[in-house]
Amino acid sequence: MLGQNEQNIKKRMEGRVAINKILMVLFGLATAVGLVFLVLLFYRVLTQGIGYLSLDYILNFPAPYPEEAGIYAGLIGSVFLMIIVAIVSVIIGVSTAIYLEEYAPKNKFTEFIRVNIQNLAGVPSIVFGLLGLTFFVYMFNFGYTLIAGGLTMALLILPVIVVAAQEAVRSVPAEIKEASYGMGASKWQTIARVILPAAIPGILTGAIIALSRAIGETAPLIIVGAATAIYTLPESLLAKYTAMPIQIYNWTGRPQEEWQYVAGAGIIVLLAVLLIMNSIAVLIRNKFQRRL
Amino acid sequence: MNGVMEEKTNKKVNQGSAKPEVNKEGIKKEKANNIIEVSDLNLWYGSDQALYEVSMDVPEKQVTAIIGPSGCGKSTFLKTLNRMVEMVPIVKTSGSIKYRDQEIFSNKYKEEYLRTKVGMVFQKPNPFPKSVYDNVAYGPRIHGIKKKEVLDQIVEKSLKGAAIWDELKDRLNENAYGLSGGQQQRVCIARALAVEPDVILMDEPTSALDPISTAKVEELVQELKEKYSIIIVTHNMQQAARISDKTAFFLNGELIEFADTDDLFQNPHDKRTEDYITGRFG
Ligand SMILES: Nc1ncnc2c1ncn2[C@@H]1O[C@H](COP(=O)(O)OP(=O)(O)OP(=O)(O)O)[C@@H](O)[C@H]1O
Ligand SMILES: [Mg+2]
Repeated sequence: MLGQNEQNIKKRMEGRVAINKILMVLFGLATAVGLVFLVLLFYRVLTQGIGYLSLDYILNFPAPYPEEAGIYAGLIGSVFLMIIVAIVSVIIGVSTAIYLEEYAPKNKFTEFIRVNIQNLAGVPSIVFGLLGLTFFVYMFNFGYTLIAGGLTMALLILPVIVVAAQEAVRSVPAEIKEASYGMGASKWQTIARVILPAAIPGILTGAIIALSRAIGETAPLIIVGAATAIYTLPESLLAKYTAMPIQIYNWTGRPQEEWQYVAGAGIIVLLAVLLIMNSIAVLIRNKFQRRL
Repeated sequence: MNGVMEEKTNKKVNQGSAKPEVNKEGIKKEKANNIIEVSDLNLWYGSDQALYEVSMDVPEKQVTAIIGPSGCGKSTFLKTLNRMVEMVPIVKTSGSIKYRDQEIFSNKYKEEYLRTKVGMVFQKPNPFPKSVYDNVAYGPRIHGIKKKEVLDQIVEKSLKGAAIWDELKDRLNENAYGLSGGQQQRVCIARALAVEPDVILMDEPTSALDPISTAKVEELVQELKEKYSIIIVTHNMQQAARISDKTAFFLNGELIEFADTDDLFQNPHDKRTEDYITGRFG
């Protein structure tokens, strides 16, 4: 009896091991598909753009001739935009998350708001462009300026930041919050000294990932009127501006083949900035995690 | 920091005419033995009642143990004493709890103030993910102490009070998460002491600890009662018998019996107490 059972078990075990192997191969293939396309993308971008990429390219304003054109205005414009977006969206986003997680009464209405913030994170970016056009460009009368673009992009990534910050705040263990309240700390003291320090890695990681989504966005910026060709850097919040994806989009739209290479070089710069931002996110996370 | 408030109340008493003052003092002296007086306390989680008409006077500078089967409301009762239970939004209470003759449920009474006087040590050690020093200095800091020398003194005194100074004096800047469970729990006790409370509530403080750490904490409780009133929830009846002066037995949200520990264990008055301590149920 026992021996038979063991044989059965062995047989079934063999079946399971085989299934495991097949699935491993399938999952591996799926990964490979993604990797192949990523490599193709890098290959295309690099071969097309590398020839035009130089220090001059990074430091030149747009020009009528491909050889003289550069991404300087776009690069600096994108950096300025991201500074505005980061400040506005992180402050509002983290405050919202703290309110929803720590202060708001736990009722149906709060839950309704929470779900809808998650839904907002999925709304197409062009819709936020229209919102920015209505409010910031026309109603607030900012016109086609840096601040209008920055605020629009801030709204765009606000839901993502709120959700990331909410998750970070929620994952702070209840035990250490209780420890703080148990010593007579007020809610705000507990938030400032216990909850936020513990939530910061999660908040920052979420914020940087959201920012790297924003830095590549084109559609909303076109709608709120980012300029395609400007020869100065924005000098104030109410100045005209451009951004890297706008420049790249503009160059790819031109008929002559050389402009495709100029655009390719722009994509390399954009990817490099993205890579730097994501590395910072990883660094921050590792640094804080080691401290915990 | 809290001395200020007490001084104020004292002054008020002194302002009165001579005769009532003597009277009041007289009353105070009589009551001086009880630091917390609970009367007719009921508590509900939503529509589920967890405490029924609990009345109990907690003696000052003694160890009061709370025993009873799981789910009988020991933790709930303990957390009511510093109003931590109200962090559960559905909680409703009725009745009265007086800390040093002041009604803690009154609107005027600040729960933050209460918690500086009635500190708490939790079942699972719960240090902050900070250094030992920052853990112990947390309480004084939130109450406004900034001077490094003062904080240094408080940290040393509190760690000594929790009998862990010698073990940790060279590791003050290490993260408390790197300590053993027993060490963490004593750091948590030191952290509670640093606020200079009168009363320390302990909810099964040794249930997550090994026997040696448990013995250390028990010994510590004995030392602490010189200066503090201690209320300790425990599942371990030997522990209650070893370390407490008075013992309260809870069952299904009711206080069944509350007496001197020796009395309660040697000749319990209630059949249910007897059944419980002789291990016939629970
Ligand atoms: N947050 C809560 N929400 C609803 N009911 C609760 C909550 N906390 C406790 N209760 C209920 O209150 C009753 C008493 O619980 P309590 O935690 O005080 O018991 P206990 O005596 O401490 O038990 P244990 O020995 O297991 O720790 C239980 O019936 C429990 O289900
Ligand atoms: Mg309990």
